[in-house]
Formats: sequence, structure tokens, C-alpha cells
Amino acid sequence: MTQTLTSTQSSSAGAEPQKTPWWEFFTFSVDHKVIGIQYLVTSFVFYLVGGALASIVRVELATPDSDLVDPAFYNSLFTMHGTVMIFLWIVPAVTGGFGNYLVPLMIGARDMAFPKLNAIAFWLTIPAGLLLMGSFFVGPASTGWTAYPPLSILTDEHVGQAIWILSILLVGTSSILAAVNFIVTIWSMRMKGMDLFSMPLFCWAMMATSVLALLATPVLAGAMVLLGFDLLIGTNFFNPTGGGDPVVYQHLFWFYSHPAVYVMILPVFGIISEVIPPHSRKPIFGYKAIAYSSMMICALGLFVWAHHMFTSGTPDWLRVFFMVATLLVAVPTGIKVFSWVATLWGGKLRLDSPLLFAMGFISTFLIGGLSGVMLGSAPIDIHVHDTYFVVAHFHYVLFGGSVFGIYAGLYHWFPKMTGRMLNEFWGKIHFVLTFIGMHLTFGPMHILGLQGMPRRVAQYDPQFAPINVICTVGALILAFSTVPFVINAVYSWFKGEQAPDNPWNALTLEWTTSSPPIPHNWVGDPVLATGPYDYGEEYKEDRQEAIA
Amino acid sequence: MKVNNKLISLVVIIGLIVAASIWYGRNNGLLPVAAGDEAILYDGLFNTILAIAAGFFLIVEGVLIYSIIKFRKRKGDETDGPAIHENLTLEIAWTAIPTVIVMWVAIYSFDVYTAMQGTQDLSGMAHGGMNHTVAHHEHGGMPMSKATLASSNNDGVRMAGVMPSEDADVVAINVSAMQFAWIFNYTDEIATAELHVPVGKKVRLNMNAVDVLHAFWVPQLRIKQDVIPGRETYLEFTPRVVGEYPVVCAELCGSYHGGMRTTMVIDTPEDYSKWLKEQQEVASNDPEAIVASRPISQMSEQEYLAGKVAQMGMTSKK
Repeated sequence: MTQTLTSTQSSSAGAEPQKTPWWEFFTFSVDHKVIGIQYLVTSFVFYLVGGALASIVRVELATPDSDLVDPAFYNSLFTMHGTVMIFLWIVPAVTGGFGNYLVPLMIGARDMAFPKLNAIAFWLTIPAGLLLMGSFFVGPASTGWTAYPPLSILTDEHVGQAIWILSILLVGTSSILAAVNFIVTIWSMRMKGMDLFSMPLFCWAMMATSVLALLATPVLAGAMVLLGFDLLIGTNFFNPTGGGDPVVYQHLFWFYSHPAVYVMILPVFGIISEVIPPHSRKPIFGYKAIAYSSMMICALGLFVWAHHMFTSGTPDWLRVFFMVATLLVAVPTGIKVFSWVATLWGGKLRLDSPLLFAMGFISTFLIGGLSGVMLGSAPIDIHVHDTYFVVAHFHYVLFGGSVFGIYAGLYHWFPKMTGRMLNEFWGKIHFVLTFIGMHLTFGPMHILGLQGMPRRVAQYDPQFAPINVICTVGALILAFSTVPFVINAVYSWFKGEQAPDNPWNALTLEWTTSSPPIPHNWVGDPVLATGPYDYGEEYKEDRQEAIA
Repeated sequence: MKVNNKLISLVVIIGLIVAASIWYGRNNGLLPVAAGDEAILYDGLFNTILAIAAGFFLIVEGVLIYSIIKFRKRKGDETDGPAIHENLTLEIAWTAIPTVIVMWVAIYSFDVYTAMQGTQDLSGMAHGGMNHTVAHHEHGGMPMSKATLASSNNDGVRMAGVMPSEDADVVAINVSAMQFAWIFNYTDEIATAELHVPVGKKVRLNMNAVDVLHAFWVPQLRIKQDVIPGRETYLEFTPRVVGEYPVVCAELCGSYHGGMRTTMVIDTPEDYSKWLKEQQEVASNDPEAIVASRPISQMSEQEYLAGKVAQMGMTSKK
């Protein structure tokens, strides 16, 4: 972790920073920072769309009867909600958004290894999103984001399902292209003097994420192509009436879609490892353990998929193997949680919005992790599989985890990305509303599932009505909680207080250039003056010397 | 002195956390009544894992809250914290302890899993699972002979190859799942929309789907199994508490998936035989009594929907 000090040079000084013109954000730009922001803004728009769909779902579920929307359309609502949130919000935001913006800056590179490929990857997500939204005019897919055959083959919404498959293929391709780009960039474009173990942990996380995405996404693409053939030209890969096997689809689907969970959470682990040290003024605790645990999650993550199929047509030995592999994932994940908590311990916590969201992340993700261990146990899972317990679990992971982490990252890097500070007061309001809304919405769902409410239903046993009302109220609070953030972000982007180059006194390289950074990131060559996490009184004098 | 005080308070806190976790594990009240023998096993495992989870929850959340209070930056303090990068002992501890715990959970889960199936024998796994059944169409509503049982497919909670020794002890019921109804085929041509089982006897459900995937779930039994078109899956359980329980379809099967519910009645042996007799009479008087027992392809859309509406009307009263 010790770093050789090269020379001392303030990189942004001496030159007039060139600004990226606003219209460049609407073009086929090859600048990784422009692409990163394109990803973030686009995916956030889809987050609002997905949130609106979820709100309709929750309002429908406020009463036990199916009375707000047509039950078939209800199925479309949660199908599109899941698809949009996964493929158009979290995956593009954490990999395309934060990954593109931060990786080159953090490793002292001028851009990604393949800038044009990078732009292509982004521009593939736009038609995918538009197609998916367009399918609302022809009857959108209604068979869940999992699209299990034979239901997805026999569906009434043939066109909608076909569009859904096409969209997944487009975002999948985008994801594969991005993964190649990240692996090459991190492996071969680190600046002189930066070895793998002096990279910021976010880069480790992106490496693990990209390896997973590269290995798993092609399998999903294969499944989608075969499903498309079954749907459109009547082949029988997954259709039992023609001798096909629907369970094979489940294997192919989950071979990608469980790793996809790690694609959505590993970069967020990286964000948390970047946010906690500067805001608690302590070095990250156990750098190597956190770095290795990302790779361990990546390796284990490829061998746990069938835990989504414990109640499916799977033989016993398979259930036992996948149970053990799944439970083992708790170990590297636990290492991360304990290391973050140990980083906070004894620090000087600046409880501003980035750290609040990061600590909120730990506290809620923890619940999702623990319920994950419960679900990993095959006999436990058999009762609660396909119930609201699972819905609660993955929302604690993907909302309490990924979305809280994304917010922590947005509050932390907004000054770098825009050159403006976000309003701290409204940031805190946003945090409190999100935190309360999140627990009200998803906490009681654990009870619903254990007591007997299945997921993906428009109508349910009236005994579950009171708890569902609580969830719906929570969801409305959650929907409302985005209002202060959106207003704060839009207002601050134009009128916010000017941000200094390094508002948090952070040590990673992105803070050594101007806010926002100029095209090609640094005027001269970036300088590696300290390790990424050399916080602490003991280092302070060295640092001041280095800067002077 | 100071070290001793710290040590004592640490021991006291850990003791309190352990006590609170164990108490919560035993008194969580999160699960519905346990109506089958398997559910008792399930609840023991669930409560244990929940207690462990509660312990970790209290430790981590406790440290977070303590940190917010104790380590928040004071006004005017611009100093950094101590430059602690690692602590090998601590890191080994929080790697090793969770590893041991999850391995123990895995072993305990495995034990419960095999016990819930009523067998310790995994010899069947070599030929478990993957062979498709074509035979199931042939024995539709017919009583299953020992031979057909043995040759039937092996997916399911109960392992293949380990067949119940005496057929007389096992109540075998053929279950047919379709959009959006359950049909239960008993011996002697009885087909019903409601599942009746006798208390205390092992029940075996041989399940098949007509159209798309469904899943048979009774929350009070804590067991669930996907019902798959083109292959037979099965479930075994032993009812232990007389009463009425919901049968729920747990796998998304179309628009009215939420309405695909019926009732399972656990009868006393006397009530069960009485009910069987009644059903036999109904069946002999009116073979068309159950609308949905006809293949869907022979029905008009109105008939089909009428069946569904009746089904849902019936369940919403419960």
C-alpha cells in the first residue's frame, strides 16, 4: 500500500481548463466522461420510468382484488418494471455510468482503451430503451423479467415479447462491449507506477464485474435467440409439446442472471470503498481483502445460478451443490461489510450526504445479505421461493444496496462531474425520505412472503391487506423522495455553488484534475503522489510536503 | 484496570446480543401454523438461521449507530483519524468465523432437507431428475400401481428410487395444473377442485401441468414444487394438524395467476373416508360435475372463463 512518490506537480494549475460544450452530451462523443454522464442521465430517466411502473403496481396491491388495472396489464407492469430497473437503470448506471466516468480518471489514463466501441455500447442502449417503451403501444411483454417458457412462448403479447427479447439482446451486446473495454483499460492503461494493488478498489470491482459480464452475458444472448425462435418461427427448444425442455431455459437464463446481480452490486461495493475513506478520514481497512473478495465473488458467482431453481425440475445433488456454493458467497461479502465498518470505526465521520448514503447502504444491504443466506439454504428457499420474501430480499440488495450506493456515488462525484456542489440540506432530506420509504416498502414484504403471499399476483388473500397497505404507503414515500433529489440535481447543475477541484480532500487521481475535468483529463501527466487511501494524521505532513 | 473494564463490557454486550438473538429466533412469530411433519423440521431450521442472522444484524447495526454517535466529526476538528490499514488477526477472525457458520448452516440445511424428504438415502441421485415422463398421460386419473410409481419421474422433493415400502400407507393423488385451476385425481375416477388429505398419513402428489409452468405451494406445509408440462414432478408430506389451508400457485402462469388458489383440507381419517364416499357418489351421478376436468381444448372460451370465475369466486370467500 505504500506508494512511491514521483514528482510534485499540481496538474490542473497553469492552463485554462477547456469546457465540454453542452451539445456534446447529445452526440456520438468518444470522451469517456461524456459517455459516463450520458449513461447516468439516460439510466436515471429510466429509473423514473421504472419507479412510475412500480408505483402503479403498489397502488393496485393496496387492495386484495384486482381492481385498478386489467390483470394481464398488471403482469406487463411488473415485467417492464423489472426489466427497466435491471437492464436500463442499475446495470448501465453502475457499469456504463460510474465505470466509464471513473476508471480512466482513477488509473491516470486519458480515455478508455476503445473509445468508439465505448460510444457504440452506449448508443445501443438507446434503441433498446425506446423499443421497450414502444412496446407499450402494442401490448408489452407480460411474463416477468424471467420470461419463463412455455408461458413466454404461448403469450398473447407475441409482438411485445419479441420486442422484449430484441431489447435484451441489444443491452446484452452493449454490456459485452463495455466489459471488454473495461478489462483492457484496467489491465493495460494504468499509469506508470500504478500496479494492481495500488489501484483504487473501484477499479478492482469493475474488473471483477467485467469478467462476470463477459463470461455470462453471451449465455443469456443464446437463451434469448432460442426463445425468440420458439416464439416467432415455432421451433421447440423450450416448448415441451414439441419435445423441448423449459427447464433448460431456466439454466441458461440464470447462468447469466445470477451473475447479473453481482454485475449490479460489485461496482457499488467499489463506490462504497471509495466514498467511506475520504468522508471518515481513515484509510480503507483491509485493502487486499476487499480487492480479493471482489474476485472471489466473481468466481463463486458463476457457480450459484441454480439456487433460483430449487423448486424447479432439478435433481437433489444439484440442489446440494448450489446450496453450498451460494452460502459461501456470504464469506467474501461479509469481509467487505466488516472492512467498511472497521474503516468507519475511530474515524472523523463527516456525516454529509455521500457518507449518509454509504452508511445507509451498509445497514440496508446487510439485511439483504442476511436474508440471502437464509434463501441460500435449500429447504428454507423451497417455502419462500417465488414469494414476497424473495421480493423483499432482492429489493434490499438492489434498492438498499445498489440504489443507495448509486446515490452515495452521485453525491460524492457530482462536484467532479459538473463543477458544482449539490445542496447539502436537500441531500439530507432526500436521504431521510429514501431511508424511511425503503424500509416501509420492503421490510413488511418479508412477513408477507413467510405467511404465504406469492409474488407476481394482482389479487391476493384479504388477510394480507393491512401489510400491503403499509408497503404501498412506503412506495409512495419512496416515489416522492426522488423529487428533492431531482430538483437539487437540476438546480445545482446550473446554479449550484462552484465546486473546487477537490472538495472532499480525497486522494484518488480524479480529484487531481479540474472540476469538471478537461477533455483528456489532465494538462500534463497525472502524478501519483500518495496511495489512494493514505488518510490519517500520520500521512498528513507527507502530503502537505508533496503538494507544496 | 481500563483494559479489564473494556473487556468486561465487551463480554456483557456480546452476551446480551447472543441472548437477544436466541430469544428472537424462538419468538419471531413470522411463520404460519405448521400443519405437516416437514413444517416442524423447517421451523427449527428457520428459527436457528434467523437467530444467527439477528446476531450479525445487531453487531453490525450496533457498530454503525455507535460510530455515528462516537466518531462523528466535531465542529472545528479538521484532523484525520488514525492511519490503520489492517489488522490481520481481526481479518482472519471475520473470515474464519462466518466460513465455519455458513458451513454449519449448510450441513444443518442438508440434514433438514433429507429429513423433510423422509429419506437419508441419496443413492437415487445418479438417475435423478432428467428423464422425461411420457407415461404420465396414460395413467391420468387411474390408481397408480407400484410399478408405475417406480417408473415415474424423479424430480421433486422426494428422491427417486426410494419408494414407500407399502402402498397402503401412502395416499397417492394425481395433480393436474392448468391455467388457472388445480384438479386433484383420486382413485376410482374421482376428480375434485379441492384437495382433501387424511391427517397422519403420508401423502404423495404426482403432479403434471397441462399448459405452462405452475407451482404447488401450501404455506402451512412449507413445501413447494414446480409443476412442469411434459414431465412429472412430485411432493410428499405428512399432514399433522386438521384444518383448511390454502393451495397457492407460486409460479407466474398468466393473467389470473393470482386467482389460481384452492383449499387443502386436512381431515380426520373418518371425515376423509366420508368425503371420499360422497365424491364417489357425485362422480357416478354426474361425470361432468367438474367443468375444468375436461381438456381445455374441448371448451369454448365462455365455458373456460366460467370455470375460472367459479374457481376465483370460491377462493375469495376463504
